[in-house]
Formats: sequence, C-alpha cells, structure tokens
Amino acid sequence: MTTLPVEKSTAISRRALLKLLGGGILVAAAGPAAIAEALSQRNRPAMPQNISAWIHIGKDGRILVLTGKVEVGQNARTSITQAAAEELQVPMSLVTVLMGDTDAVPYDMGTFGSLTTPMMIPQIRKAAAAARQQLLTRAAKTFGVSADQLTTHDGKVWAGTRSASYGEVAGGEALTDTIPASIAVTAPNEWKVLGQTVRKVDARDFVTGRHVYAVDMTAKGMLRAKVLRPPSYGAVIESIDTSAAEAMPGVKVVRDSEFVAVAAPSLSAAGKAIAAIKVEWTEKPGQPSSKQVHAILRGTSTIAHPEPVAGAKPLSATYQCAYIAHVPLEPRAALAEWDGTRMTVHTGTQRPFGVRPEVATALGIPESQVRILVPDTGSGYGGKHAGDAAVEAAKISKALGVPVSVSWSRPEEFEFAYFRPAGVDELFATFTPDGRIVQWECDNFNSGPPGIECPYDTATPRTESHQAKSPLRQGSYRCLGATFNNFARESHVDDLAHACGLDPLAFRIRNLEKSPELQEVLKAAATKFEWGQHTPASNHGFGLACGTEKGGYVATCVEIAVDPKTKAIRVVRAVTAFQCGAILNPDLLKNQVDGAVIMGIGGALFEAIEFENGKILNPRLSKYRVPRFSDIPKMETVLIDRKDLPSAGAGEVPIMAIAPAIGNAVFQATGIRLRSMPMRLPA
Amino acid sequence: MGQKLEIDVNGKKHQLDADPETSLLEALREDLGMTGTKYGCGESRCGACTVLVDGVPTHSCVTTIADVKGAKVQTIESLEKNGTLHPVQEAFLETGAFQCGYCVSGMVMTAVGLLKSNPHPTEAQIVEYMSGNVCRCGAYPRIVEAIQKAAQSGGK
Repeated sequence: MTTLPVEKSTAISRRALLKLLGGGILVAAAGPAAIAEALSQRNRPAMPQNISAWIHIGKDGRILVLTGKVEVGQNARTSITQAAAEELQVPMSLVTVLMGDTDAVPYDMGTFGSLTTPMMIPQIRKAAAAARQQLLTRAAKTFGVSADQLTTHDGKVWAGTRSASYGEVAGGEALTDTIPASIAVTAPNEWKVLGQTVRKVDARDFVTGRHVYAVDMTAKGMLRAKVLRPPSYGAVIESIDTSAAEAMPGVKVVRDSEFVAVAAPSLSAAGKAIAAIKVEWTEKPGQPSSKQVHAILRGTSTIAHPEPVAGAKPLSATYQCAYIAHVPLEPRAALAEWDGTRMTVHTGTQRPFGVRPEVATALGIPESQVRILVPDTGSGYGGKHAGDAAVEAAKISKALGVPVSVSWSRPEEFEFAYFRPAGVDELFATFTPDGRIVQWECDNFNSGPPGIECPYDTATPRTESHQAKSPLRQGSYRCLGATFNNFARESHVDDLAHACGLDPLAFRIRNLEKSPELQEVLKAAATKFEWGQHTPASNHGFGLACGTEKGGYVATCVEIAVDPKTKAIRVVRAVTAFQCGAILNPDLLKNQVDGAVIMGIGGALFEAIEFENGKILNPRLSKYRVPRFSDIPKMETVLIDRKDLPSAGAGEVPIMAIAPAIGNAVFQATGIRLRSMPMRLPA
Repeated sequence: MGQKLEIDVNGKKHQLDADPETSLLEALREDLGMTGTKYGCGESRCGACTVLVDGVPTHSCVTTIADVKGAKVQTIESLEKNGTLHPVQEAFLETGAFQCGYCVSGMVMTAVGLLKSNPHPTEAQIVEYMSGNVCRCGAYPRIVEAIQKAAQSGGK
C-alpha cells in the first residue's frame, strides 16, 4: 500500500502543550512549573482553588484555560471561552481552552448531567476574575499606583495612558494566588461576551474537514485493530484457531483469555483477519427478547396504593419504553500508544478521568502511567461514558509495542456499547371533578428516577424507582430516565385533564401554582402556538407537555398528522419554550434546544432496540430509524432569558416534553392513548 | 494486492497498491490521509462518507476504488481555495448548521452536488435530496437554511 507522508498530529504532545501555553515562557520560567502544578492536581477530586490550575497567561498574552470538561457538540468549548474572555476582559481570540487531557487539567468527574454550565462556567469565571485581579495587583506595583486606579481592556492593563499587556504583566510567571471565595464576577446584565451570540469556536475546522477526531488520528508505525466479537451476549470461546489470520501479511493476533484481537496495516485487512479466525462458541441459552422484557423488568412485586381521599376519583395507567441507542455519528474510537512506561490514549469519551482508571486496571499499571486525551468528539448524548475502545486499543498497543487505533463499526456501536434503559412506569393519581390533582404516585421499574418527581401541586406525592436486572447493558442518555418518566407523567396528566373535561393547558396551569417557572414556559409555548385558537384539521391533533430537570424548564406544543392509511404519525409543527436562567449564548442554545427536540422525535416515534437470544436484531441504520430531514417539523423556539437566575445546563432538558406532547396530540386526533415509547398506532 | 490502481482525487492522480475491492472511503482515509471524509454506517445509510464522483454525490463506504477508475473524485478537502471557503461551507459556517460537526463533510458535499444539478432548489427538493444524510445532533433545519443561503449566493 502507498502511504502518504501525512502525519496527523496525534496529540497535543507535551511539547505542543508547552507551545500552546504561549510565547516561550513555558520553557523559560512559569511553563514547566505551571504544568507541574496542573499535573499535581490530577488526582484531587475537589476543584482546585489556585488560579494556575485553571488559567495560564503566556508571555505573548495568549490565555490558556484548562478544564476536564470535553466538547461533544454541546459547545462547552465556546461557552468556556466566553466565560474566560468575559472576566479577563479580553477578546475571545486570545483564549484557548485545553479540554480533557488528564495530565494537564484539573480532575473532573465527566461531561454529563448538564453540569458544565452550572459548575464549570462559574469556576472559570471566578478563576478568570481572580487572574485579572492578580494582574492588577502586579501592574499596580510596576506602575507605582494603586490597583483601583487601573483599568483593563484589549488584553492590556492601563494606568491612564500607560499600558502593559497581560503577557508583560504576567511575565511568564504562574498566577499562583488562591481564588478568593469572595471574588466578584461580572453580573449577567453587564455581560459583554457571555450572553451574546458568538459562533462556535473552531467552527471553520469542521466545515473544512480539518478537525481531527479520535477516529481520524494516526501515529507512526500505527496498526489498525479489530476485536473478535461473540455472536451473542455471554458467549464464551469453546475452541479457537487463529493460524489463518496470523499467516496473513502484516497481521498480528493478540489473545488474553476471552479477549482476542487482530492488528493489521488497514482496517479492512484487520476485518479480513478477524473473519479468518476459526472459533467455536458456547452461547448462553435462555436470554429474554425485547417482546418479554417489560414483564421481566416489572417483576411481580405488589404496589399498594392508598384509598382515594373523599370526593376524589382514581386514575391508573401503565407506561413502557424500549431500549434505545445513542447512535453518536462518530463511533467509539481510540488511538493508544505505549512507550514502554506510559500509556497515552486519545479517545472520544465524556469521562476522561473515568476512562483513565479503566485503562490502568485493564493493563495492571498505576493510573499515574496512563494519560487520556479527548479531541473534540463526534457527539455522545450520554453514550460515551465508558472507555471500551480506549481499553481495547491500550491492551493491543501494550501487547504489540506499537501504536494501535481501534474504531468501532456501526454494528459494533449498536451491539457492544450500552443503551438508554427500557422501563415501566405505573401511575396512580386521584383528582377532583373540578380539576385538581389530589394524590400522585409513580413507580418506575429499571429506567431510573430522573424526571420522576411530580411538579404538580399535590400534598403527598410518592415516587419511587425500583431497580431491575436489565438483560442488556444500559447506561446514561440525554436526560436519561426523564425522557420516559416525563412522557408517562405528562400523558397521565393529559388523561386527568380530559377526565375533568378541562383544556390540557388550563388544567396544568391550575395545578402548577407552586411552579411559576413551568407556568411561564407553558404560557410562552402556548402563546406562540396560538393554543386554543384553532381547531385541528381532520387527522391532525394538537398536544402539549412540560417538564423540569437540572434547573431547566421546558414546554412543547405540537401539531401532528396521522396518515389515514398507514397510521404513521408525523410531527407537523413543534413550538418549544425553554428557560435555563441567564442565557450564555442564545444562538448556540437554540441549536441545542432544536437538536434535543429532534432527537426526542426519534425516541417518541421510531427508535427501539429489538433483541432475542442475546443478539441485537436491528444493529444498523438501515434497521434502526433515527430522525432524518423528512421527519423534521416546522420548528419554533422561544428562549426565556432570566438574567435573575443562575445559568443552568441546556443540553438535555429540552428533550423531555416532545414525546408526551406528540402522544397527547395523537390522543386528540384519534382518541387513542399510546402508552409505549416508541409510539405506534395500530395499522 | 500487487496491481497498481490509479485514482484521481481532487485533481491529483494517486497510484494505489491495493485490492481493487478496497472501499474508496478506506483509500481516502487510510492511504491518502484525507480524513475529512467520515465513516458513519458502512451501508450507505448516513451520508457521512459522501464525496463527489464526476460531480455526483456518492457514498464512498460502498464504492470501491475500482469503481472510480477514470473518474474524478472530489472530497471536502478540495473545496477551500486559497483560504476562501466554498459558498456552501461559508453558508454552513454562517448558519451554524452543525453541533459536533461529524456529519458536516458529508452534508456539505451532498449539498454541493445538489446545487450543481439544481442551483435553486425548493425547500422540499432540499429535504428530499438530503434525506440520505443523518445529523444525529439534529441540525437539520439549519442545514436546510444554509443550503438556501448558499443557493442565494450562487454557490455551486
């Protein structure tokens, strides 16, 4: 094969990191010390409170921000850049954010739970404000004036007409001050960079194809590896003959008990080598199918509900949801390089500090000998918490002593990653004929508690999440269990409204006296939708739903159409109102909200993992339907900017209301209540 | 192996010493180091691997290097000229028509193909033409908007 002399930068190497830190200072004074300091933080679970753990100012005035958060399309790189630029009062172009390099950045649990905005952004704001403060203190000495006589703009400290750049003031020295607990940050109503629409940082690299994802990385002498996969979950090797694979040119076989992999000069050669392995498997019998799974997850335990209080009527219902796949368009990938002492792995993960011990344990080496780096990644949606590809690449690289790239195929993504859990919700409510919810109980089985709390005004709601033994590997997802619990609750609330003969909007408002925030988003969405002002056309229906999690509030109104022949449900129009406190970047927020709503249409109408005997039956995009261009409704989005409230994350919560809104609209159109996600009308 | 096969990518001829059944996607990514073209599904169902073959959007994951013998292959790497973006790239950038960015190369190449064959598509025509491309982040409405913007600016 021909090879081009293209050597993709495999990494921010230590050398490059030094370069990044700016203007030679590193090699000179503060750099190594600053890095050593950043390194010393790496095993500390608490957020370090010294400025230099987060912010470095190079002699050239370039600012490096360090964070354990990663970029998976949610635009954290951009919002963190804005936060640092805001508080340092510098142009964004001076700021570079180094993300997810476990050797260089402070420990971080991971990029999940919509925590970057409420946790990391305030930390970066405080660190940047403290950095500016320390620069002022230093400049005051230089200029021989008091710090309060100084101003900052354009990356310079000014004393009247005299000025010095941040780089000159920092002088290549680390900003070693502790971030004062009382450090003042800029109030949202005075923001100049935060709160503004600014374009995604590095956007140009994505439209030119220049951005290097983990799947694109190469290293000198690198081999591409494939792992031998069992034909069904739990299958073990009965006998194996790898000789034909080993005889192939350039192919190497690695075996460690049940872990068998091949490495070859190309991905297709590795695929052929895997196919050449003769293996007999002992499969695990008696594994359940997707048709039986809800009964299994529910189990047989008895749930006792209280007697309805006097004058109230009961209404019970059971809901269920299927396992669904995240389908990040960039499959799991990793490039691992073993140098004889340390393992360096570049991989697309949401938890670099979680992958580090996974790799260390798999290799039997201390964590200090493992470095994980995360290039901006081709999405995650909660699906990239684990380090599967990183562990595989690391094991093969260490065994062979050469750099190894592992990138999963789409079927591997479907079969060997993990799913959003399937679940069952049992709802019990009582209501008075005049339209008050009185009692509320929700028992969830398997899919977890997020979104299970009842935001409606009931005296003693009981919500409980019951664990079950999932037959499939399951894990996090965008808003996790809330995608389902909110569907069940908002569908049930709709039934209650109809049972009282009340408009679903009026019924909700009446029962949300304690949640002005939900009232606000409901009213905003309803106003934009012109709720109550129109009658749906034949085979069309209107529906709405709301929800809250993680400090965000969402309401969605939809119009759906049912095909009279096929009974296929199509979303015609979706209006979403969202409130997440003070908005950091309106345009990127809107992109997140719209994207979440569109993703939610998939879980609502199409997506379901089918399985039987330990095999996934639809592990391909030709068999697993995700939302496409033709599925997209006319979309309108109302963003409510509440500068009086702390900023909450926005990547997840906007997904919550679309599925129940669709179900409620289908009920209006057809009189049929669909209680299973994905929702399909009987043909 | 053993037989050389010539392919023309972005106006440059490359001699590949590879099995003629090798996918164009693998040849671009692994042999030529052009990683702008992405793998997404391997079965022509997501469009992440779209390139132009003689101007027509083609899924390189199901196209062999033998298939493109004598044809002109164009990848995302060819669009920017002397630091100036192609109007479709510029429109994607202006519109913010992506989030994680992994689908963008395929989206842009498909859109370039669309505007070559139909410089002023209607919204319905855009939706139909683009329906083989998946954006899991759901930037679809903005992608439609970007293509309309590129069409207005006369971008082919």
